[in-house]
Amino acid sequence: MKKQTVNSRPAGPKPWYDPRVRALFFQVISLAVVFWVGWVLIDNTLSNMQSRGISTGFGFLGESAGFGIIMHLVPFDATMSYGRTFWVGLTNTLLVSAMGVVAATILGFVIGVARLSSNWLVAKISLVYIEVIRNIPLLLQIFFWYFAVLSNLPSPRQSVEVGGALFLNNRGLYLPGPVTQEGFGLVWVAILVAIVAVVGVRMWAKKRQMATGQIFPTFKVSVAILILLPLMVFFSAGQPLEWDVPALKGFNFGGGITLIPELVALWIALSLYTASFIAEIVRSGILSVSQGQTEASKALGLPNGLTLRLVVIPQAMRVIIPPLTSQYLNLVKNSSLATAIGYPDLVAVFMGTTLNQTGQAVEVVAITMAVYLTISLLISLFMNLYNRAVAIKER
Amino acid sequence: MKSMRSVAFGMACVAGALTTTSVFAATTLESVKEKGHLQCGVTSGLPGFSQPDEKGAWTGIDVDTCRAVAAAIFGDAKAVEFTPLTAKERFTALQSGEIDMLSRNTTWTLTRDVSLGLNFAGVNYYDGQGFLVNKDIGVDDATQLDGATVCIQAGTTTELNLSDYFRTKGMEFKPIVFDTSEQTVQGFAAGRCDVLTSDRSQLAALRSKLTDPSSAKILPNTISKEPLGPVVRQGDDQWFNIVKWVLSVQINAEELGITMANADEMLKSDNPSVQRLLGTDGDMGAKLGLPDDFGHAIVKQVGNYAEMYDRNVGPDTALGLERGINALWTDGGILYAPPVR
Repeated sequence: MKKQTVNSRPAGPKPWYDPRVRALFFQVISLAVVFWVGWVLIDNTLSNMQSRGISTGFGFLGESAGFGIIMHLVPFDATMSYGRTFWVGLTNTLLVSAMGVVAATILGFVIGVARLSSNWLVAKISLVYIEVIRNIPLLLQIFFWYFAVLSNLPSPRQSVEVGGALFLNNRGLYLPGPVTQEGFGLVWVAILVAIVAVVGVRMWAKKRQMATGQIFPTFKVSVAILILLPLMVFFSAGQPLEWDVPALKGFNFGGGITLIPELVALWIALSLYTASFIAEIVRSGILSVSQGQTEASKALGLPNGLTLRLVVIPQAMRVIIPPLTSQYLNLVKNSSLATAIGYPDLVAVFMGTTLNQTGQAVEVVAITMAVYLTISLLISLFMNLYNRAVAIKER
Repeated sequence: MKSMRSVAFGMACVAGALTTTSVFAATTLESVKEKGHLQCGVTSGLPGFSQPDEKGAWTGIDVDTCRAVAAAIFGDAKAVEFTPLTAKERFTALQSGEIDMLSRNTTWTLTRDVSLGLNFAGVNYYDGQGFLVNKDIGVDDATQLDGATVCIQAGTTTELNLSDYFRTKGMEFKPIVFDTSEQTVQGFAAGRCDVLTSDRSQLAALRSKLTDPSSAKILPNTISKEPLGPVVRQGDDQWFNIVKWVLSVQINAEELGITMANADEMLKSDNPSVQRLLGTDGDMGAKLGLPDDFGHAIVKQVGNYAEMYDRNVGPDTALGLERGINALWTDGGILYAPPVR
């Protein structure tokens, strides 16, 4: 094709007057310049660091860290390596981000819908919530939830106690931790069976509804299966579960599961803050669905709840998803404010203590940036896939 | 063809701009003289060491170390500009040339000295790590701290010392790491932790920031050695020598009894050590690339070590620290400066 068009011209222009050759030439030059500048920057940094006697390289990741971290999802103690501190920080960042995304989404949808409610009080409360929360800097909110709430909680010896198993004090929330005994495997099997059964029921109910128009109470039945089946197995297996109840040892509680206040404060602040933005996104999405759709659905006799769930929300999702993705990305990046209240996230642990003890700023900062970039790109990727699934299918 | 030439020209410009950045400027002394002031990195606010007073003027023992260097170079202790830095930022600021010297309550360790491209030019305060505890928990000694929650400031050697101490004693602890010393105190005050750990010189100052200072006490244990001192970039020996000898001059001045008040009078002294230090005899200044009367300028404007100490952290200040090991070797301390000769 290309050759033909070039040849078909009676007297082609000289190559340097040919717009396509020119375009290609300049693109190649631009690309070469970009790469060259990048290479010069890296080379310059490395040679300067070497000439100033600053150590470089990633060898430090294998050295032992020598400092403690209060919360770790992967096994950690001070004798482990700096590389391990990276994983501790990363998992802590992922944990608070995931918790934040879930809570912010649920809260944001509820408030966004409530904002459009015909109930005056509900709509105004949502309005006030949105306007107050989204207009106060996040860092201040984190400080509020941390210091304001923390200083009002009692000390470990005067803990708020619920049934001798749940304790709340200024060191955190202590819950009994489940310890599975022999025979608990059966319960897992029961849960798995219940899930399969629920999926089966849903498919069958949908098929039946398509064929006969009869509605089956899928939700109630699903919940019943999910709860009753594992419970029955649990009791018939002789209750193979014990609880590790937290108890006061010395200054602090030990045993069970601890939710440290840093995590809780950060989680609450991130969720509330992001939810206020998500609420507005949800509102704009719902308002983008034309009134005619709601009217048509009402005309079919669908109640309010079903109209929202089956007609409005699916169409609104197409408008909601792209800005929602941005909010998720913001939430993950905002989680790095953790460092202000001492939650051991990636920035606090790896770009904080590890950077400081090793002094390898360039490497540590590069790794941290690469991690945030990767997390964000992955979120974008999944949200784009989801968006494609809910987008209008042109038929 | 014209456009190609302009592209080539543009590339040459970019190349020029990039290569000039990699060429080293003149020596630190020359560049400091050229801009007319010393750029000194200090803390963002640490009583006794570096903190702006109510008029906005920086005071503290670390600040005076900078002022002494400025006095030596310019004969003017005020020719300093201060860059407040967090513990995390300090080394990068020095490495990148943003500051000429770092005088920020910084512990001299092998790793920092060797792998950061920096040199420690001496010690202006010998410190050690200690514990501040709430009186309520009824602890009298650090060995009773098993299971305690500890507040620490990020980016300091304290994190490692703490971990080492508890590990070797077979005790457990939970660290809460805050970004700044203000947040650390706030966390301690809010009851988030049982113990606050930092250099002993700091604990007294931090305790005074509590709403009720009598509710907390400092434990007698010292768990580490923290020699704090000024830091310079590696590779400029002249500058390294200047900072090192300015500090030595202050310590020697105390030993020789030269003070701010009698510095002028001492110019007439016939003690050869005093003459060499004040520049009335010999060419000590010229050897360092400084004016010959640099010693006189330091003592006259900033004072000897004792004056610097007493003014900022001594018994009559809010910190109220006794000289202890920071006394001269002749007074039972470990301050021993090499002779100026």
